[in-house]
Amino acid sequence: MNLLKLSWKYLTFRPLSTGLNVLLLGLGLAIMTVLLLIQDQLEKKMTAEAAGIDLVVGAKGSPLQLILSSIYHVDFPTGNIPMEEAEKLAKNRLVKGVIPLALGDNFQGFRIIGTNYDYLKSYQADLSDGKLWEKPFDVVLGHEVATQTSLKNGDEFAGSHGISVGSHDHEQHNYKVTGILAPQGNVLDRLVLTSIESVWLTHDEQSEGDSTAMESIQDQDVFDIPVTQTGFPSSEIPREITSLLISYRNPMAAIQLPRMINSRTVMQAASPAFEMARLFELLGVGVSLLKGLAFVLLGISGIGIFIALYNSLKERKYDLAILRTIGATQFQLVLLILLEGLMLTTIGAFFGIGFGHIFLQLLISSNEQSVVSGIQAWEFLPEELWVLTYALAVGLIASLIPAWTAYKTSIARQLTRV
Amino acid sequence: MLLQSKNLRFTHPGQSRLTFPDIELQSGEALVILGKSGSGKTTFLNLLAGLVQPEAGEIQLAGTVFSSLTPKKMDQFRGKQIGIVFQKPHLIAALSVLENLQLATYFSKNKSQDLNELLSELGILDKANSSVLTLSEGEAQRVSIARALINQPKLILADEPTSSLDDVHASSVVNLLKYQAERIGAALIIVTHDQRVKSHFSNFIEIGTQ
Repeated sequence: MNLLKLSWKYLTFRPLSTGLNVLLLGLGLAIMTVLLLIQDQLEKKMTAEAAGIDLVVGAKGSPLQLILSSIYHVDFPTGNIPMEEAEKLAKNRLVKGVIPLALGDNFQGFRIIGTNYDYLKSYQADLSDGKLWEKPFDVVLGHEVATQTSLKNGDEFAGSHGISVGSHDHEQHNYKVTGILAPQGNVLDRLVLTSIESVWLTHDEQSEGDSTAMESIQDQDVFDIPVTQTGFPSSEIPREITSLLISYRNPMAAIQLPRMINSRTVMQAASPAFEMARLFELLGVGVSLLKGLAFVLLGISGIGIFIALYNSLKERKYDLAILRTIGATQFQLVLLILLEGLMLTTIGAFFGIGFGHIFLQLLISSNEQSVVSGIQAWEFLPEELWVLTYALAVGLIASLIPAWTAYKTSIARQLTRV
Repeated sequence: MLLQSKNLRFTHPGQSRLTFPDIELQSGEALVILGKSGSGKTTFLNLLAGLVQPEAGEIQLAGTVFSSLTPKKMDQFRGKQIGIVFQKPHLIAALSVLENLQLATYFSKNKSQDLNELLSELGILDKANSSVLTLSEGEAQRVSIARALINQPKLILADEPTSSLDDVHASSVVNLLKYQAERIGAALIIVTHDQRVKSHFSNFIEIGTQ
């Protein structure tokens, strides 16, 4: 028998009150943990996915929307830009690298992105199976797309128009899987990658849906021409792409290029760093609200623990007096009450951190195709030690007054009062 | 002389001063202090237990003068040298019978006692691991006696140990206290208004009669 064990016995002697307090504290701390994890990982992930992309150029509209649709593939694209203009921009001396993107279709909700090999290179993505696309309608699947649709190398599928599920299917020509990417832990996992030519041809078919059989046969040749692997694809007729991912040649470009594009072309330029900072600022309101709620819960649980200890102390004044008569010192009684508060909150803290990770796991598994899907639920942060510290602080503060009461309890008076 | 008290006086706030008779007890001796309620007999017991400080006078147990001890040292001294049996058992409800006794050895830092032997002597060995909430009144009182005896104190103080018991149980509790105190060589003081106790002892004083 020792003080720790005695405190524990007192805690388990009142399972309902103890349970309620652990639950309250756990909930507050769980919210904190979830916020910590999401904030940390989302920011890290979003920064990592935008690495190497200094500027996104696309059709005029919301710059945030342009960034979200072209880098993170979550929002709808702002529209298309003429390829001629894009090519002109690529030749600018301030531009170091350019990756063109053509969006427009999806397969079971996974976006089909027309691009070139440079896009994969910029993410240092490796294939786990097969080879990269060489002809129109060859596609490479992201790891998660392959797992969820169970498509394998050599399989064929029809894309649907639009970037979300539920639109009509392109029935004229099927895509053919030539390769599957190794797991990347970024946006590539959720993408179907192909050449820009594939995207163009799909939509040519659609606009010429009722073309004659003769034209279709002639078109067959087009499907066998090898596609462009880097830079812009060549085309005889004016073509459109969705956006350009640009990297700067020198810091000067950051000042001149966006202004030049926004004022002198029909396109707009958006900086991922700037737009994401703006987004996090907007989200910040919600985050502060949740944080506030977490602190309110912490406060309530602190009061709950205080009341529980204080009430139990009233019932236990006789116990305390008895403990003193069998040789316990005043300090040992103080320690007993403090230990009780701290033990309660430590359990609450571990519950909270555990709950937090489980909540996050649920959040991720119910949103497999959204931005949160790449977050790791079971990654532990050093900041979570702060959660433990908060909990212990709550326990300490809540048990100070009861402990002081225990210190001052007069044994003789307690024992005389029957 | 094991226990000695001299010229003890105490005043409760707003009440008249209480004076207590001097007592002297040898090891193994027993004393009954009789008195009506309000006569100050519980105060006398609290003084002898070192739970309250006297206004004047001196108490000495086994060569230690109470007034020379700091409050912390007094707590430790009481834990080791004085066993107290209360009117009601007042066991720690969150603990089992055995744990209640272990607690007493923990706080007095006295680890050498054979708890099971003591429990079997008091006839409650089979209850060792049960919750104290399941005990009958008589069993609970025996556990509280075991708790007072566990550290082999020099002095056993009992405050109205029989008041809530019937004749049979009262007599067995008194005999138990008397026998155990003699066995470990402790001085025994029973404070009571219960006249039934008197018949078991030759040595008694009455207080609060003047």
